Amino acid sequence: MGLYLKYLSIQVRSAMEYKTSFILTALGQFLVSFNVFLGIYFMFQRFHEVEGFTFHEVLLCFSVVLMQFALAECFARGFDAFPSVLSSGGFDRIMVRPRNEILQVLGTKIDLTRLGRMLQAVIMFIYGVYKSETDWNALRIITLIFMMVGGVAVFSGLFLLYAAICFFTLEGLEFMNILTDGAREHGKYPIAIYGKKVLLFCTFIVPYALIQYYPLLYVLGKSDKSWYMLLPLIAVLFLIPCYLFWKFGMRHYKSNGS
Amino acid sequence: MKKYLSFFRIRFTNGLQYRAAALAGVATQFAWGVLEILMFKAFYSYNQEAFPMDFSALCSYIWLQQALLSLYMVWFYENEIFDMIISGNVAYELCRPISIYKMWFVKNMASRLSKAALRAFPILLVAAFLPAPYGLALPKDITAALWFLFSLTAAFLVVIAFCMIIYICCFYMVSSLGIRIVAAALAEFLTGAVIPLPFFPEKVERIIRFLPFASMQNLPLRIYSGDVYGVQLYEGILLQLFWLMAMILVGKMLLSRALRRVTAFGG
Repeated sequence: MGLYLKYLSIQVRSAMEYKTSFILTALGQFLVSFNVFLGIYFMFQRFHEVEGFTFHEVLLCFSVVLMQFALAECFARGFDAFPSVLSSGGFDRIMVRPRNEILQVLGTKIDLTRLGRMLQAVIMFIYGVYKSETDWNALRIITLIFMMVGGVAVFSGLFLLYAAICFFTLEGLEFMNILTDGAREHGKYPIAIYGKKVLLFCTFIVPYALIQYYPLLYVLGKSDKSWYMLLPLIAVLFLIPCYLFWKFGMRHYKSNGS
Repeated sequence: MKKYLSFFRIRFTNGLQYRAAALAGVATQFAWGVLEILMFKAFYSYNQEAFPMDFSALCSYIWLQQALLSLYMVWFYENEIFDMIISGNVAYELCRPISIYKMWFVKNMASRLSKAALRAFPILLVAAFLPAPYGLALPKDITAALWFLFSLTAAFLVVIAFCMIIYICCFYMVSSLGIRIVAAALAEFLTGAVIPLPFFPEKVERIIRFLPFASMQNLPLRIYSGDVYGVQLYEGILLQLFWLMAMILVGKMLLSRALRRVTAFGG
């Protein structure tokens, strides 16, 4: 942990060297997800409701997913740069060091410009909470916290998976985008609107529904099954197969020379 | 002319080499299209009345959008050009007896076309075989098809002319990343890549229709499905040509101004 904080402080200082660029990039990140927000807003101007969810409820859903994603991305996007680390032979250097490899890969890139996205998520979240007429109680707030934990875990797991695949292909695979960026983009609506099959996939294969749809039903009072609030914690288990796959990949990995 | 053709050919064949990446891209685009359509379907079944275009027209729109993504993505730039400008290597390019504007323009065309050549057909083919409202329908009639092809080309050129302006802006500032992201984010939304323009509130749409962004993917994709026709079509095409000319002119002007005062950074 101490090492990670050290990495963090290095990254922060290096980002602050170019302040304007940092701010503009963060602004850009903000705008990109603001587009999605406007998209939702315009759709609801026209339709008012979808599958029983109102605008404010969808906003709440989107903001939670965006926060989960932004947090995971800020701190776990080191895996994103992993293909280039791998192909330049940088990973060999990492492996000879007597520290955990995952920690070191994470430290190679901590992208704080993603906070632009976070900021927006927080604003939307506050607005959504304020407008959605949910009566908040301790259990619901705890559910939200669980959702955060579970969501960050699932997205981090996916980033880890993405990096692990690189052991076999030596470059990133674009279709992983659909699992990460795609989940962020399409996670703006409660997953159930995409139909039964997608919901099943998102429950049992990649547990998006466990961090978004089911607990949300409980938070919004659309369902009184209180065990829904524990589902995000089960989603954390998703990290296990991802980690095993990473281990497996590392054993498979032979240095690529250079 | 011949030299630009060879620039084109080199870039194009170069781009064709990335087949595995293209395959992964096709899978992604396809999944993206399916989710998009399912999302709109949920809105459609909630309230058909409020749906601003035919559902099957929308599906065709989405499939074409996914298939032709590489022609129309405004956030795609040749990093090489940015690097060249920032590192000062652009000075070498200036020594050549060619127009730098035309050369970059042609390179952009080639790399986008080669990407599209690899990706478009598998997506269109599968989409064409999907059951009725969800698949890619044929264009309404032969005139719509012809106008579609024409406006497709014009839109493609408009996108590149727009990107050229962004490249050239780089001469005027040290770090280009910020302006690129901001421009891309704006363009993404206003071209109708997030939601198609007919889904915008009417008042907003009426204004956006005249911006250069509406001349990008919005027009050809809507002509294809017969959503835009008649007078609106002619207006749209004229507007496209106008923006194409205007942006090429602005790009060239900015470039020649930049080149007059250029002092290559570093060495």
